[in-house]
Amino acid sequence: MSGHLVFERPGLFSSLQDFGRFGYQRFGISASGAMDTVAMRAANALIGNAPETAVVEITLVGPAFTVAAERCRIALAGADFPLSVNGRPAEGWRAHALAAGDRVEIGGARAGMRACLAVAGGFAVAPTLGSLSTHSRSGIGGFQGRALQSGDRLPLAGAPPGPLLALAAEHQPRHDGPIRVVLGPQDDFFTAAGIASFLSADYRMTDRTDRMGAQLDGPPIEHAKGFNIVSDGIMNGSIQVPGNGRPLILLADRQTTGGYPKIATVIAADLPRLAQRRPGEAIRFERVTVDEAEAAARAHRAAIAAMLQDLRDAAGTAMDLTAERLLALNVVGGVCSAFD
Amino acid sequence: MQDEPPDPPRLLDAGDGGLVVELGSTIGEAINRRVIALGEALDAQALPGVREIVPTYRSLLILFDPLEMPRARLRQHVLALWPPPAAGGRRHARWRVPVLYGGEHGVDLEDVARQHALTPEAVVALHAGAEYRVYMIGFAPGFAYLGGLPAAIHTSRRTDPRARTPPRSISIGGQQSAVSPPLEIPSGWHLLGQTPVRSYDPRRADRPFLFEAGDTIRFSPIAADAYRELCAAAEAGVEVVVREDAP
Repeated sequence: MSGHLVFERPGLFSSLQDFGRFGYQRFGISASGAMDTVAMRAANALIGNAPETAVVEITLVGPAFTVAAERCRIALAGADFPLSVNGRPAEGWRAHALAAGDRVEIGGARAGMRACLAVAGGFAVAPTLGSLSTHSRSGIGGFQGRALQSGDRLPLAGAPPGPLLALAAEHQPRHDGPIRVVLGPQDDFFTAAGIASFLSADYRMTDRTDRMGAQLDGPPIEHAKGFNIVSDGIMNGSIQVPGNGRPLILLADRQTTGGYPKIATVIAADLPRLAQRRPGEAIRFERVTVDEAEAAARAHRAAIAAMLQDLRDAAGTAMDLTAERLLALNVVGGVCSAFD
Repeated sequence: MQDEPPDPPRLLDAGDGGLVVELGSTIGEAINRRVIALGEALDAQALPGVREIVPTYRSLLILFDPLEMPRARLRQHVLALWPPPAAGGRRHARWRVPVLYGGEHGVDLEDVARQHALTPEAVVALHAGAEYRVYMIGFAPGFAYLGGLPAAIHTSRRTDPRARTPPRSISIGGQQSAVSPPLEIPSGWHLLGQTPVRSYDPRRADRPFLFEAGDTIRFSPIAADAYRELCAAAEAGVEVVVREDAP
């Protein structure tokens, strides 16, 4: 079974993403990948996809599309987007079985910024440099190297019949709270007062927030010895402070190198939550040590595993966690040795 | 003059998933050679949990998963490799890149010449007469930062950066030169010419990126008709760069 999703309208910025394209930052291409990887894992798990299956990441305003396939299963997870199937309201964080001609409409996010739309079996799109992630700035990956446009026909890989699961509201991740950072690598470029305002003031996400970075507004951060360093590597979550003193958080599609000092780095566990902060919302930073950040990474991984254990059959009955079921979910590895 | 033994690198945390190995705070060939040699030595170890290693002018950024590769162990691995062999492990490519200088292909050539009280021909002779080292690839896919620009044409960056510059531009900024990828990237550098060579080409499946840090580049001025011919060839997928060392 295969077919297409035909996009009537693309939404504000919808692009194919997976966990990212690693190994090419030394050639000038940052990894890209889903901004909220928790949402990506959840959307895939809800329909039994492998966790790394590429999804359509949608931003603030979702797309409308029609199913041009005999049938398919989809799930949407992440920010709170209104979803409808053939005009009837449908829920996020829940798998839906669709048939040929069904029309899905995703509106403007009621809260949060991004969600992942997964389709059972994924998309029949050839990877570029080992990944389906779209890096639109350089025209690489995804569907023709760009965000989706009206009229695009996204080919489906197709999948055999599989599970239809749901995650109850109380198990869905929360997106509020401070964003934890480790100071550095160039915190010595800032005065004590500068670091104090960075860690204590409320900053605000501005309209200049996209997959490349989030420009913040708020009290300027004071530099101690200028604002030029010899350009060096930038990672997902690096917080640069250019001459105007306003922090800029660099994200999945960032430029690979930069010449402004980096006051701090967002810890890996908080990047998915940061991805849900929308323009106009406040953001506050909380300092942790690098050891605490590692502990948070461990706790984050455990929380994702626990979330996937809380998936239930979409019909409402408790999920039967038999070996076959877990295999279908692809949350268990190494069960396939019989085929080796 | 004997090189002084290098100071041990500074190891700086970049969150829980990054380690910056800083070898100095200046742009220079000796530091950059050590950066690249250390990066290659780390690459060769293929450490579990290390996702990528990004060499830049004077530091390495190592991206890793701390749950697979504990930070303390990664630090030990890096320090155990210090100092890296002076010659570096691997031989780097030497490229000759054809360039059509001036006119619509290098709109800033005349202005750069004026700033230095030189003729445009003299600027071209200086630029094409030098040998450049690829210090790093960064900013955009395949964008090569080159050291070795003759001092007579060091030129401060433009006060008004351009939002888009022609693909495959050859430019200069400060003490450096650069080769642009076949993309219209923003830039505040001065545009001297254009090359038919595609420093990034996804169709080149085995080597989408032509240059890498540590390579050597020399430029050869070409005429407009040769440029057009080479562009057509490159468009058709023919490699138009000359590799001068035996690969």
